[in-house]
Amino acid sequence: MILSFDIIILIFLIVAAVISLNVKDLLSSAMIYGIYGFLICLLWAEMGAVDVAFTEATVGAGVSTVLFIATILNTRRKSSD
Amino acid sequence: MNPKIFASIAVVITGLVLLYGVSDFPTFGDPRSPANSGVEGGAPSTSLYYINESYSATKVPNLVTSVLADYRSYDTMFETVVVFAAGMAIFAILRCVGKDDGAVVAPQRKSSIDGDHNRIIVGMTCRLAVPVVQIFALYVIAHGHYSPGGGFQGGVMLGASFILIALAGNLEDALSRLSERSYMALAALGILIYAGFGVLPQVLGKNFLDYGALQKILLTDGPEMARSHSMLGVEIGVALTVMSIMFAIFANLSSRGTLKGGL
Repeated sequence: MILSFDIIILIFLIVAAVISLNVKDLLSSAMIYGIYGFLICLLWAEMGAVDVAFTEATVGAGVSTVLFIATILNTRRKSSD
Repeated sequence: MNPKIFASIAVVITGLVLLYGVSDFPTFGDPRSPANSGVEGGAPSTSLYYINESYSATKVPNLVTSVLADYRSYDTMFETVVVFAAGMAIFAILRCVGKDDGAVVAPQRKSSIDGDHNRIIVGMTCRLAVPVVQIFALYVIAHGHYSPGGGFQGGVMLGASFILIALAGNLEDALSRLSERSYMALAALGILIYAGFGVLPQVLGKNFLDYGALQKILLTDGPEMARSHSMLGVEIGVALTVMSIMFAIFANLSSRGTLKGGL
């Protein structure tokens, strides 16, 4: 565990989470959620849980972003609230 | 009053409760935490037991795989069933067989990667990338005993390779390589393989998923290698189910259940 590296990832994590909640465009929200997934993957790999990091990279960041985009492209793109 | 304020208050209270709960957790790598030290006066440390015993009991160097596919294989089997059930639920909600979705006509973009000269760069890139992804996925499945990886990760990557074909061209391109009939059959086959590795030891008079009993069938020397080989079989079953369900979910979501056209 490298503390400064951890802190940098955690700051980016919070920033990505807040932006993906606040952005109006659903497509960019899904993409930023993918970035969030990769940051969590990086955090787990850095903590030594490589299997979990691998699963997060494939499922959380890869396929679920694609599924979000597939769903969003079949709906209206702007959020109303 | 703005409903957002209520939502923010709920989020802040939940966050505070979670932070309060975290303060009771043992610190990272604490040798006196229950997982590392065991129960006082009872069983010795769980972690130490797996670290010391799992290699001699299963001949699998990657602890995570041996715990996931042997010690906790019952758990993993029903995780696979959960993935299967999720895929079936999406299929049941979205797939409209022979029913006309009158509201929205799927965009008929005829942009196949097969034989369309306007999309030759995308088609060739996809053609070159997909075999590499699939071979790496097979490596991840087969090498899960020695390195990070296993059935779930490899299966998701195999499914992603078919999703890549569907994204580069249209859904018919991917469905001509993995049809609906075959992915449904593969999804069920994966769970049958897993459950078969559970039932076979029962036929031989041992417990459900007790792979050590399979040494007579798999012709290995000793029950340890039988466990190791059975874990590979189980991972292949998981990978088949996960691959099929990932592709099924994408195909149904992206086309509103009609399985026609691209995104």
